[in-house]
Amino acid sequence: MRRTVGALLRKELLVELRTLESVPGMSLFAVTTFVVFHFALNRNSVDGDLAAGILWVTLLFAAILGINRLFVADADQGGFDGFLLAPVDRSAMLIAKVATLLAYLLAFEIVAVPAFGLLLLGPSLGKAMPQLLGVLALGDLGVAVIGTLVAALAVRTRARDLLGPLLALPLLVPIVIGGARASSPLLALGHHTALPGRWLVTLGLYDLVFGLIAYALFDFLLED
Amino acid sequence: MYGKGLRALSISTVVAMAAALGLVFFYAPLEAEQGFLQKIFYLHVPMAIVALCGFVIGGLLAIQHLRTRDARWDMRSYVAIHMSLIFAVATLITGSIWAKGSWGHWWVWNEPTLVSFLIVFLLYATYQPLRFAIEDPERQSRYASVFAVTAGAFVPMNFIAVRLSTAYLHPRVLGGTSNLPGSMAFTFMVSLVAMVLLYATLCKYELTAKHTRAQVRALRRRLSGETGTARRGRSAAPALTASAPSAVGSEV
Amino acid sequence: MISAPAPTSAPALDAPALELEGLARHFGEREALSGVSLTLAEGQTLVVFGPNGAGKTTLLRVLATLLRPHSGRVTVLGCSIPDQSWAARGRLGLLGHEPLLYRELTAKENLRFHARLHGVSDERVAEVLDAVAISARSGEPVRNLSRGMVQRVAVARAVLHEPELLLLDEPYSNLDPAAIELVAPLIGSASARTRVICSHDPGGGLAEADVVLGLRDGRAVMLARAGEVQSDQIAELYR
Repeated sequence: MRRTVGALLRKELLVELRTLESVPGMSLFAVTTFVVFHFALNRNSVDGDLAAGILWVTLLFAAILGINRLFVADADQGGFDGFLLAPVDRSAMLIAKVATLLAYLLAFEIVAVPAFGLLLLGPSLGKAMPQLLGVLALGDLGVAVIGTLVAALAVRTRARDLLGPLLALPLLVPIVIGGARASSPLLALGHHTALPGRWLVTLGLYDLVFGLIAYALFDFLLED
Repeated sequence: MYGKGLRALSISTVVAMAAALGLVFFYAPLEAEQGFLQKIFYLHVPMAIVALCGFVIGGLLAIQHLRTRDARWDMRSYVAIHMSLIFAVATLITGSIWAKGSWGHWWVWNEPTLVSFLIVFLLYATYQPLRFAIEDPERQSRYASVFAVTAGAFVPMNFIAVRLSTAYLHPRVLGGTSNLPGSMAFTFMVSLVAMVLLYATLCKYELTAKHTRAQVRALRRRLSGETGTARRGRSAAPALTASAPSAVGSEV
Repeated sequence: MISAPAPTSAPALDAPALELEGLARHFGEREALSGVSLTLAEGQTLVVFGPNGAGKTTLLRVLATLLRPHSGRVTVLGCSIPDQSWAARGRLGLLGHEPLLYRELTAKENLRFHARLHGVSDERVAEVLDAVAISARSGEPVRNLSRGMVQRVAVARAVLHEPELLLLDEPYSNLDPAAIELVAPLIGSASARTRVICSHDPGGGLAEADVVLGLRDGRAVMLARAGEVQSDQIAELYR
């Protein structure tokens, strides 16, 4: 199992390094979206609820870009068949893909979050950073799990570019609720209130439940 | 075999519906604040409950499909979700009318139940496009079942998340039947039973129609010779193929 | 990491490599295969003829455990499909129309990926790359290789884990005569493996066959020992 996940992860990262299709695209998209928000809202700086909303909506739409590409090479270049012919546990692919998407999300947030702090956010990011990282990590995990499940569901359909986002967005609403509500006090002007623990618990539980669902259902998406 | 009991079910639905409407208009008291408009509650809430339960039942039937690989479970899951979608549209429309009447807006965001319902509806609205986008019928039903299970589990989780997010809760009849006066609660229960019966009857009608169509097609194929592989047009609805010829029975 | 591919389960003694009984597979209302029955002994070669759409690829995918049979009994290398598919996987090699290689990765990276999935050593990767004479260009992305070279890499991938059963779908398409000679020890009769080959070439196919299966509209219209079949009988299949 570990060997298989390792082989799959290595393959994913090699393909990404060679094509640079996901992470750079997602990062650029996020930065551009912040610029668009500046003009659309006609605001030089944002804070609190508005800041959290902009941050999470941007992260979500950038993540959709990555989700849409996640299985394309496997579907179009016989990667599914090649994997299915090997005597390995099929869940390895789920784990490897979730890890890949999670790595993409974390890598692109290294660019996107500081860019947000620089371009739009009123209060300084420094003090809120450790707590914000925790919220982002929990949110990213949920996005990675749901994104992988949805990407596998949509990739072998005719309208995959459309179905992916349509399926993913409603399923990600609870993550946006949890993520945005948890980060809003962190991005507020002035005082820092304590991190609302119930949102972290909500996010964590949601991640866990969807992790189990994806684990139970993923095999059915691979076979023919 | 699908048509069995359909008449009895239909009659009891008509009776229950008539009883519910009679109670709503002639027995249930006028609510003090909202007046006559509040009567939409007896339509709106049972429909919402039935639609949500239908979605969850669709997920449970889909689990059965994934476990047994029997196309009939996919058919049942499809019909449950399909019918729930229709009920969901009606729920959103009646909810909107109610909101306009009592708060002056067609849509209110601080009513978590309605908001959750919209999110669930938006998710299930992709069920048919998903099916339609997959050509191979077997994969179509398997992917649809994966969707149905995921979405079925999403329904309660989404409700919890949205309710948590809304600090402001309306004190209103929707909170539960326990704080309703007896006559209202009784009317509500009868309406709910009528709505459940309506849902069950419509599902049974659709299943029977689909099954009959499959049988007719199988017979027609047999008539035109075994080789006649008349291809069905692309469809989002599942079709029973394997079970039809055996159900035809004796062969001349 | 360095380990020879061990058979995952011992096949029953003297069991034939392939046993099909009334195999059927449909896609919706279209019957891709129906009522196909045959037995193939270990080490023998079955050549499947038939026009496009006759069900050849479907048959190979069922044997490769990639498609579930809808009815009938299918036994591959002593494992009943689909219940014991997991035990047959890793003991068969599939060379289909698609090379099953990632275009952005090099030939070597692709093979190493498959080697890890199958638990095969990196030395074996170098060995098969040598055998198909692709070592010199094994550092280039597959998308830069010509179709013939891609097919050679695909041959290397299919035999990487020393499969007992080879499933070949028109294996010599895109290959020039020199390349055909090159891959002969790997997938030709000299490989001494049980083989199922889909072919459109009556002459070449017959020469390799022990058993011939003719498919038409998903049905077996011909099943005979190779010696009993004339090539014009096979040409008849396509009419």
